[in-house]
Amino acid sequence: MQVPRRKFLAGLAGLAGSGVAALGLAGVGLAQTATTPDKRDTRSSDEGTRQWAMVIDLRKCEGCVTQDKPPQCTEACNAEHFVPAGQEWIRVFKVEGPGGSYFMPRPCMQCENAPCLNVCPVGATYRNPEGINLVDHERCIGCRMCMSACPYGARSFNWGQPENPPGATFAQYSPEYPVPHRRGTVEKCMLCAHQVKDGKLPACADGCPMNAIYLGDLVTDRATNGKEVVKLSRFLAENNAFRLKEELGTRPRVWYIRGHGQEYGRQSEDERQLQQARPWQEQKKEVSSASNNHTH
Amino acid sequence: MRATTTPISPVARLENTVYRPLTRTSLTWYAWSGFLALVVVWGLYAYSVQLRHGLIETGMRDVVIWGFYITNFIFFIGISHAGTLISAILRVSQAEWRRPVTRMAEVITVVALMTGAIMPIIDMGRPERIPNLILYGRIGSPLIWDIVAITTYLTGSLIYLYLPLIPDIALARDRLKGTTSRLRWKLYSILSAGWRDLPEQRRRLERALGIMMILIIPIAVSVHTVVSWIFGMTLRAGWNSTIFGPYFVVGAIFSGTAAIITVMYIFRRVYHLDEYITEKHFRYLGYLMLALGLIYTYFTFSEYLTTGYKLVEVDKLLLEAVLRGTYAPFFWSFAIGGVIIPIFIIALPWTRTIPLIVLASVLVNIGMWLKRYVIVVSSLALPLMPYDWGVYYPTWVEISITVGAFAGFALAFMLFAKVFPIISVWEVKEGWEREGAEGPAPALVPGRVPARPAIREVAGMPVPSVEAGAPGGK
Repeated sequence: MQVPRRKFLAGLAGLAGSGVAALGLAGVGLAQTATTPDKRDTRSSDEGTRQWAMVIDLRKCEGCVTQDKPPQCTEACNAEHFVPAGQEWIRVFKVEGPGGSYFMPRPCMQCENAPCLNVCPVGATYRNPEGINLVDHERCIGCRMCMSACPYGARSFNWGQPENPPGATFAQYSPEYPVPHRRGTVEKCMLCAHQVKDGKLPACADGCPMNAIYLGDLVTDRATNGKEVVKLSRFLAENNAFRLKEELGTRPRVWYIRGHGQEYGRQSEDERQLQQARPWQEQKKEVSSASNNHTH
Repeated sequence: MRATTTPISPVARLENTVYRPLTRTSLTWYAWSGFLALVVVWGLYAYSVQLRHGLIETGMRDVVIWGFYITNFIFFIGISHAGTLISAILRVSQAEWRRPVTRMAEVITVVALMTGAIMPIIDMGRPERIPNLILYGRIGSPLIWDIVAITTYLTGSLIYLYLPLIPDIALARDRLKGTTSRLRWKLYSILSAGWRDLPEQRRRLERALGIMMILIIPIAVSVHTVVSWIFGMTLRAGWNSTIFGPYFVVGAIFSGTAAIITVMYIFRRVYHLDEYITEKHFRYLGYLMLALGLIYTYFTFSEYLTTGYKLVEVDKLLLEAVLRGTYAPFFWSFAIGGVIIPIFIIALPWTRTIPLIVLASVLVNIGMWLKRYVIVVSSLALPLMPYDWGVYYPTWVEISITVGAFAGFALAFMLFAKVFPIISVWEVKEGWEREGAEGPAPALVPGRVPARPAIREVAGMPVPSVEAGAPGGK
């Protein structure tokens, strides 16, 4: 099955290459995936392979309420991936506790023992050599077993035909950058697999104005939020990091450090509510109307 | 009792009664089948709308990702266990009274399996990618277990339906020659596979049936076990249960028994089978349904008490929603209307009449559908992250497809009964012959393979007298 598919894709690669210029106009680097010869990276794990992880420092996360903005991680994610309307691949929850409230961004946990991967009947969702759980939208049959299995509710479904940006016409689809989005398939956060391999932060980490989100690598034992680099294991140990629903044995690759945004002055009894993150279409409209106003 | 004054033999009367509907079709039949066909077409139209616009046409959304279709799936696969119960378990245990109802039970199995198996396909976001299940199928996925188990069960059930049909089709071939259309006669001729009721043919048929009845029982058990494991293999509250396999199997046989009682009643009324399907059949199957209802109650109690005693936070939320929250109306309709009332109807001698037993069986099936709905939707709606409940309201598309599926089930039944005899004539006759030869109560001889008749050279035997034979003859 693989060979004809590769040949077919090689043929498509030329077409996608010529579309690169057009994609530049679409605003975001759709072209980055065009260099990948195969959609599925099947490299065997070797010494050079990184093992991605994420640390979310809740002491720094104030849900962007002190800035009077919607969660910027979600908005950056929406813009980066043209996330279909109604979905939030990284979603910020306001958690009410006994001592007040705190905010908790929830990306995909990239579980090592991923319940979603175990139940997929066609292997459409799989783990890449760098520990990122991806979805092949060209194979997904839309049965939603993975959604029923995920204990974090991190997966979404394209119930109707999702809106795609005009530039997506030329995008070379890859599970690492799943554009254009397809009807009847399951979507989720994939830790910006297309970004991290080029040494760039995931969109959410990049977009977080508080630098609360760290990208980590378990192999080199480092993590960075774009501002500082820390030794991952010590950072986790010193700050009593925890993982969500650790007792389930899913071994998530996302760690949390307890807090309520205190580093940016948010009190735990702060009453301010989260704002709704805007989908990419709305964000684009605002940008274009702002630039129009500027020229007039 | 009908026709007791006519001086024809019970065998002839049985054959006349069973084969008459094959050639004579009433206006009511056309009216009903036309109506059901319209409902099916309406369901197909609803599905075409869903195919055009996607699952956005349903009430399912992220959070509550499954709804009516998966509920229907469990329901239909559940009642498919009727055939196994009646024709395999009762055959193994040599319950002689099973003979007139085996055929109906086996047809329920085949038709319900086909209807049920369509449901997950309707539920798929990309039905055109079904070949992926073969091209890329992962044996680690519960969905693949389901496909393997259901296709095996369907194949086995088709064989198990067809084998005992052969002598009856051969009779149709011989009886209806010249009186029916050429095409139909050709069909009987091919399907009867050269059956001439030779002792050797009988011996082979009995052997094949002996193998199939044993094989089909573990297959049936496996089917509803893996259906339950679609849920049992997840970490969700309410689904994350070790007893789901046996719990679902008992529920399946419970609803299957109810289905056979309902179907039996309808055919008894419509085809005037009062002589063969007697009050005894309703009573015995009622007893079975009562026993299974009690076991199902035990499982339900065990499941809810063990989670309710410990009250893990998510379990507490779920139990509150099920017992006195959003899903309470469904749950209590099931518990009271679908289990407790039917159990009392059958347990109390003065309510144990045919119409009330049938009412009980209808209530059981409604209740079991509701229970499956509660199982599917409540655990999905439960918040996984703090703290948003999912909501689910089925749309007209889902309701139409569901109603269409039920209509299709009934229609397939009607069509089957128009072409093939709905009572296994040769098996009933065999029962009479055995009664005549061995006395009314055939003893289980140790060491003998069950259900294989003691006498094989029965084909040419004289017809037993009315007093010795015909169970309904009284």
